[in-house]
Amino acid sequence: MSKLGNIGARLHRGEVGYDFVGNRKIWYGISILITITAILGLAVRGLNMGIEFQGGAVLTTPKTSVSVAQAETYAQDASGHTAVVQKLGTGGLRIQIAGVDTGKSDQVKDTLAKDLNVGSDKINADLVGPSWGQQIADKAWEGLAIFMVLVVIYLAIAFEWRMAVAALVALVHDITITTGIYALVGFEVTPGTVIGLLTILGYSLYDTVVVFDSLKEQTKDLTKQTRWTYSDVANRSINSTLVRSINTTVVALLPVAGLLFIGGGVLGAGMLNDISLSLFVGLAAGAYSSIFIATPLVADLKEREPQMKALRKRVLAKRAQAAAGEELVAARADDGSGAGDPEDAAPAVVGQRSQPASRGRGRGRPSGKRR
Amino acid sequence: MSWPSARPSGAGRPEREYEKVAAPKKGRSAGAQSRPGRSLALILIAIAALTGGMFASGHTTPRLGIDLAGGTSITLTAVNEPGQPNAINKTNMDTAVEIMNRRVNGLGVSETEVQTQGDRNIIVNIPRGTNSKEARAQVGTTAKLYFRPVIQRDVSGTGASTTPSASPSTGSGAGSGASPSPSSSAKANGKQKATSGSASPTASATSQGRAVTDALKAGSPSPSAAGSASAKTSAKPSAKAPGGASPSASGAPADAAGKLQAQYAALDCSKPEQRATAGKGAKPGEPTVACGKDGKVWTKFLLGPVAVDGTEVNKAQAAYDTQSAAGWQVQMTFNSSGTKKFADITSQLARKTTPQNEFAIVLDDEVVSHPYVQTPITGGNAEISGSFSQQDAQSLANMLSYGALPLTFKESSVTTVTAALGGEQLQAGLVAGAIGLALVVIYLVVYYRGLSVIAVASLMVSASLTYVIMALLGPTIHFALNLPAVCGAIVAIGITADSFIVYFERVRDEIREGRSLRPAVERAWPRARRTILVSDFVSFLAAAVLFIVTVGKVQGFAFTLGLTTLLDVVVVFLFTKPLLTLLARRKFYASGHRWSGLDPKRLGAKPPLRRTRRPSAPVETKEA
Repeated sequence: MSKLGNIGARLHRGEVGYDFVGNRKIWYGISILITITAILGLAVRGLNMGIEFQGGAVLTTPKTSVSVAQAETYAQDASGHTAVVQKLGTGGLRIQIAGVDTGKSDQVKDTLAKDLNVGSDKINADLVGPSWGQQIADKAWEGLAIFMVLVVIYLAIAFEWRMAVAALVALVHDITITTGIYALVGFEVTPGTVIGLLTILGYSLYDTVVVFDSLKEQTKDLTKQTRWTYSDVANRSINSTLVRSINTTVVALLPVAGLLFIGGGVLGAGMLNDISLSLFVGLAAGAYSSIFIATPLVADLKEREPQMKALRKRVLAKRAQAAAGEELVAARADDGSGAGDPEDAAPAVVGQRSQPASRGRGRGRPSGKRR
Repeated sequence: MSWPSARPSGAGRPEREYEKVAAPKKGRSAGAQSRPGRSLALILIAIAALTGGMFASGHTTPRLGIDLAGGTSITLTAVNEPGQPNAINKTNMDTAVEIMNRRVNGLGVSETEVQTQGDRNIIVNIPRGTNSKEARAQVGTTAKLYFRPVIQRDVSGTGASTTPSASPSTGSGAGSGASPSPSSSAKANGKQKATSGSASPTASATSQGRAVTDALKAGSPSPSAAGSASAKTSAKPSAKAPGGASPSASGAPADAAGKLQAQYAALDCSKPEQRATAGKGAKPGEPTVACGKDGKVWTKFLLGPVAVDGTEVNKAQAAYDTQSAAGWQVQMTFNSSGTKKFADITSQLARKTTPQNEFAIVLDDEVVSHPYVQTPITGGNAEISGSFSQQDAQSLANMLSYGALPLTFKESSVTTVTAALGGEQLQAGLVAGAIGLALVVIYLVVYYRGLSVIAVASLMVSASLTYVIMALLGPTIHFALNLPAVCGAIVAIGITADSFIVYFERVRDEIREGRSLRPAVERAWPRARRTILVSDFVSFLAAAVLFIVTVGKVQGFAFTLGLTTLLDVVVVFLFTKPLLTLLARRKFYASGHRWSGLDPKRLGAKPPLRRTRRPSAPVETKEA
């Protein structure tokens, strides 16, 4: 902890840090690449929609000695449709038969029970009409749309429209990536997946909102100083909430990992597994996007404001002026922080920030003079 | 957190706001002497009260959904009948639910649950141990509503109730209430009868100011002639004589009529198993037997062929009769063919005597009402009056409407979960939750050390609140814990823990600025509070939208997520913050013990500010 705590402290003080905003182009590029891959995956491979969306029956049997291939034959004979059979961790079988309608499926179940030599009442049956999955999906899209509109309105009021836009972009980004991964890997999409996906909405934004909250707080009186540009402050916001972001993501992922382990490892397949899988993918994407996409995007949008442009000009002018005088100090500070953070990409900013606290007193005066 | 370089000086502009926050700190910390204790007491009392309520109500575990307890869950989706595009609305859906509820619970299973979900779905949850096939068949078919003339009826079951019902109703007309009357209450009908009955029924109805043509009386009319009384008394032992004539008169072959009579004689409607089969599969064109409940007494009926089909009812509604102060009544309107048929049957019935002047409203082979006819009703509008309560009238109107309900239902999904799998899934969910919780606790302990005591305690409070509330919501709003809801709760562990992380990180930031713990705790709170509220709001918004918009399993998930998000706010405000305030006074935390998770040195705090009262020197010696 002490190491992490130290990094936390140094992140907090800005001694170390990664220039998220400065390197945003790289991350935008990576995200666009991932997104394009995801969209391509969706377009080419498509989603592997589960039985729940096509209509059909999913039968789960208790432990049985019948082999998978044998069960497949039985199921096909009984139903007249193609059946997919999986062996579960419990020793039972999961038999999926597409295209059986809900009326006929009882008969199929009884026949199968006889063939597999298990009691009909011991077989779990999930019979889904073809329109039900569609209805769930439609409703989910509807919910998604309503939620997005509400969230944009809310964020625009609580923060500002730029942040709302950035949050929305991050959200769409997360969902595209998650569905893209589903398409590429070929995971089956079930109502459980949809649930997981919808939860990502809340979570992804939750993460983004925390960073934005810190950003809003730190940029409150930004135009009244000339030391930092908006991007600098945005960058520091990300860095100072980085520990929290990591902690939150870890803490959120741990229970989900537990679910995934139990759902996938012990139960075989099922709703627990489906929910946790999409959550796992989505949470990771959400943590990434709130740090690498949402905040730099806000900075980008903000820097287009005339006010911020003017500020940037003033800050740059001042830096150029101070550069000569502070070069020595900056160089020294660089050495100090460089060891802790070799990948730091913005030495100038870091160098200034890492100066001793007493420097802050000097800071008030010049800006005061300017005003 | 903000500009670190400016912070210590306290002179920078942006800091001013925080200085403001810090300024009333003294007053605040004085107030905090009593406040944290009070908040803690409040939430502990709330937990105690809720737990007490939970034990008092006897529901100490959350109700389990079908997927965890085992059973069958059927989702029915309403489909518009051709030419009726706007039939799917709340009223129609509610009516359908009511009807289905009657049907499945008529099977003798009171546990079966029928609810609407979304705007066009009905969920039927049949617990395990019930004949799910039969239940499925019940909800799967369309309800049949018929109007059939009554040929004969009797109180069913014990002979004792037959005899008394006969004698008073013939004699005084006081209508002791034992005489069979329809779904409207028997006693009340008795009174109504007494007024209208002793005189000629038609006249009394007229004197009540109702249009004669529209007058129907719900309930068994007690002004029955001796004939009906004898029919009643004789019905039990040998019902063939009086009843046999009627069915044959209505065209049924004699032997069929005889069989039906035997069936009728043998029928005992007080027995559920007989009720369930009585009159099943009766053809509309033939006479049949049926059961019906009058008040608390079951009555058996011998009924003629269907006179009017329920689909010929255009509309039925309950209305309060202000004109004659006759109370609640049910008004119905027939379509053109219905009007004609109804006119035919009522003109026939009006000439007869009780009970043969009655027609039975038969829903799914059960008589729900059997009003008698005073005069032929030709206009297509009819009123059924009696001493209905508003609820009775409403319910009867709903049933009548159902015949005209332009909806059919399609099975969208049927899930059957065996008890074994249900238990397995529940166990898996609990184990996953335990693992998740354990991992989170371990992480918190490793990272936050002493502070994790607060976090873990808060998580426990949150968990116990969630559990108790879920248990209490079972009986109150029919909340059932299903697998997605369990997932929601597990996911919520993360959201709840995050609130603590936000707060703790803020506190640590303040300590890094060089503050001692107590001011740090107070200063960090307003900012952490805002972050927590904003982010929890977003999370809650997602849950609320999902809950309202979506259908099926998503809803259970959204509900738990929303509930736990709300509880998170409650716990952070009333438990975590006060607890931290209290603990900040303890030496272990305040001195920044190396295991407290608040050790300034480990956090990399700056040299203490001048306002720091507690010298940090001893801490450092301890460290060394």
